[in-house]
Amino acid sequence: MAMSWIWTVMVAAAVLCGLATGNGPAVAKGALDGAAAGVELCLSMMGVLCLWMGVMEVMERSGLAAGLSRLLRPALRRLYPDFARDKKVMDAVSANLSANLLGLGNAATPLGLEAARLMAERTPGVASDGLCMLVVTNTASLQLIPTTVASLRAAAGSANPFDILPAVWLASVISVAVGITAAKLLSRVWR
Amino acid sequence: MDLLFTMLVPFLMLAVALWGLVRRVDLWGALTDGAEKGLKVSLRIMPPLIGLLTAVYMLRSSGALELLGELVGPLLTAVGIPAETIGLLLVRPVSGSAALGVGAELIQTYGPDSPVGRTAAVMLGSTETTFYTIAVYFGAAKIGKTRYAVPAALCADIAGFLAASWAVKLLFTTP
Repeated sequence: MAMSWIWTVMVAAAVLCGLATGNGPAVAKGALDGAAAGVELCLSMMGVLCLWMGVMEVMERSGLAAGLSRLLRPALRRLYPDFARDKKVMDAVSANLSANLLGLGNAATPLGLEAARLMAERTPGVASDGLCMLVVTNTASLQLIPTTVASLRAAAGSANPFDILPAVWLASVISVAVGITAAKLLSRVWR
Repeated sequence: MDLLFTMLVPFLMLAVALWGLVRRVDLWGALTDGAEKGLKVSLRIMPPLIGLLTAVYMLRSSGALELLGELVGPLLTAVGIPAETIGLLLVRPVSGSAALGVGAELIQTYGPDSPVGRTAAVMLGSTETTFYTIAVYFGAAKIGKTRYAVPAALCADIAGFLAASWAVKLLFTTP
């Protein structure tokens, strides 16, 4: 539903602004160019995207995700003190985070939802501190290798599509740190 | 260090392949299955991308994006965010495919290796579709009282946008 509104607002703004600025013909041409660009973009992204999905599948099947998940558990116990002794929750939470880190988005969401359901059993209808933390860490992107973005850059002819990795890591860490700090601070005052 | 990042992809491929062989998984089967999933993902994102790039190209040629950039631009530039990314900031928390469309257009228009193109890419890579994620998680857990989850997540988003702009400036100012 949200998409229907966003799209209509975008088209309406383009038509009205085009009429007002005398760019009407350009808007008409833009519509046709844009539709073609959508197809071209998808096709030129496909190679890199498929390659990385393949490499990630190998990572998952060779137990890399499970190993990472074990490594993360001690740190996660500190982040979720209320659930540190709940094995089922910690399993789901650490598997969710390791899938997120490895970019296994399709695997991460069901794991995260499982953790959310388990956490909600204790406080039905109300988001506990742990659940808020889970949501905040999942709304911040923690992907080590942002595949889609790299394939976008490759499609646009970047000299080295992966050279943004350090910048992405830095920005992700800052964003997650701010999110966690905000959640911890707010949890004291927002009952 | 430079060579490490330039060759990150081949290094990672080699490391993952060797690890897969050591763990005796069907390496080739996993690789091709994963690529098949990639094809499905590409096909799934194509229809929304066609619709959204149409709208974004129309907005761009109508002059609306420049107008918006001029209006809010000074405010963004004051905190270090490129004014051109205003469209991306607006749609990012709401819709993943819209953000992909807007970001792709920025990367193509300004060039993937330009400051604006890089900032757009880092923003896409370091933030998520916040409202969508919140809706899915609280929906699945049947939570009505979400307490501070939304403001905390939005803090993370704003920090992500700022940090993306600063990180690109910091790491890509060629002497």
